Amino acid sequence: MASHWQATHRQRAWLYVLGGAIMMFLLLPTLLVVPMSFSDSSFLGFPPPGWSTRWYEHYWNSTEWTSATWVSLRVALVTVLVATPLGTLAAYGLHMSRGPLATAIFFALATPLVVPVIFIAIGVFYLYSRLNLLYTTTGLVIAHSTLALPFVMALVASGLKSFDENQEKAARSLGAPRWRAFLTITLPQIRFSVISAALLAFLTSFDEVIIALLISGGLNETLTRRMFTTLRDQIDPTIAAISTILIGISIGCVLLSQALQAKSDERG
Amino acid sequence: MVNPPVNGEALRAYARKEYWSVLALSFPALLLVSVVLFLPTGWLFALSFFDDAGQLSLVNYQRLVEQPSYLRVFQTTFLLSLAVTFFTVLIGYPLAYLLSQLPRRVANFCLLAVLLPFWTSLLVRTYAWLVLLQRNGLINTTLRDLGLTDEPLRLVHNFTGAAIGMTHIMVPFLVLPLYASMRAINPNYVKAAANLGAGPARSFWDVFVPLSLPGLLAGISLVFVLCLGFYVTPALLGGGKVIMIALRIDMNLRLYNSWGAASALGVVLLIATGLILYLANRLTRAGFGAGAFR
Repeated sequence: MASHWQATHRQRAWLYVLGGAIMMFLLLPTLLVVPMSFSDSSFLGFPPPGWSTRWYEHYWNSTEWTSATWVSLRVALVTVLVATPLGTLAAYGLHMSRGPLATAIFFALATPLVVPVIFIAIGVFYLYSRLNLLYTTTGLVIAHSTLALPFVMALVASGLKSFDENQEKAARSLGAPRWRAFLTITLPQIRFSVISAALLAFLTSFDEVIIALLISGGLNETLTRRMFTTLRDQIDPTIAAISTILIGISIGCVLLSQALQAKSDERG
Repeated sequence: MVNPPVNGEALRAYARKEYWSVLALSFPALLLVSVVLFLPTGWLFALSFFDDAGQLSLVNYQRLVEQPSYLRVFQTTFLLSLAVTFFTVLIGYPLAYLLSQLPRRVANFCLLAVLLPFWTSLLVRTYAWLVLLQRNGLINTTLRDLGLTDEPLRLVHNFTGAAIGMTHIMVPFLVLPLYASMRAINPNYVKAAANLGAGPARSFWDVFVPLSLPGLLAGISLVFVLCLGFYVTPALLGGGKVIMIALRIDMNLRLYNSWGAASALGVVLLIATGLILYLANRLTRAGFGAGAFR
């Protein structure tokens, strides 16, 4: 294994130990929330003094928490339905037309990624107060779609890079209109990128806090907004139960996106 | 499209029409970003130049320079971002290096340790630290049981807590681009150094580290910029005592309903962010060779 130019495994054991410790630092804090959420005590210690599902019951029986969850789910799903087609179309259009103008538009569409979210939040707040969109689902969807758009565009654009355009040209030379060539030839081949993009759009919206803090409320309060305001005042074990559910969702999304990526790598 | 007329002018007109109709597919997205981001940006920019009575003035910016409370906000934001970026590099560089040296299959598995937190809700991770770092949390009870401390340490609702939580959240933002750029380093360079007589340490410091600098710089500027605008984690783990720019903007707006002050602060934050990203981009291209920002 080791040759003269390379340190042996034994020589670099410290690197493995250090790396392992860092991975633990990254993983453990979040994972510790899972056993804590099954505690029967209202005081959050580790290990918990006894086990129970009371905090899950508390979450499930509280209309405030469940209705906030529904608001978040609804907004995230509609955001996926808005951001995925818009981002996919934009990525496709810019990929096919190219040129300096296309590059400029690409960067313009990527700006929500680098602008501090608090800045977008106050801008949206100012805009919505004039359009009567404050505290509405529509308002949340529009703002969240803007945040999700760059992710969708970037993922689909990278999918298009490995797609051979000549196949679409062949379809078109045989008489298929562009939209038909796109739907039957291009889209099926970049579908893994599009599905990953939709997943990321969902999580972007579902996890967003700052904009929701300013423009959601009342009946349209999102889960994250409610979690944030609750956490500011106290440490409520109900949040441990909610966190565990959210961790489950994230793990599902990561594994799914990893599997999709492996599949698309296989295809070359 | 079938049988386009065979003459130059018509072909060019056809190509133009084709170009615009394809480019136009990006216009709905552009409209969305324009309405939600560019239009309000212009408004906030304009708003920051008016005082409370609606007169054109620089009073909002003057206040930022003259009031000690704002100077403290800038100081806190800058120091905390700097500290977090430093710790993120301290933790992220060795991890990215280790990952880049492992066989790809093993590295992909270990990468889950970076990806899982990355995809986990920000609030969940912040909550986890809130619980771990509290007076009677796991860290304080462990330290006491080991006999290292007599009294619980104050780890949360202060600068320390905010720095720990923010570092945890920022590590993936550094590791992911850094790992990608380290993977792209040709291992033959390191071998060549060894061939010329350099030991593992020498070839690491003199060959590998300089080659990884563009990726590192990209990661550092990303982390620093994200820290400058960070709201949730410093607000919760700082317990209202660590006031960063984002929190202050929110306070100006919701507590004092002061649009002028909020937009002036927002404009400063935006310009600082843009400037850092621009400088990092320039530095990478000029000083360290190309390739990091593609």
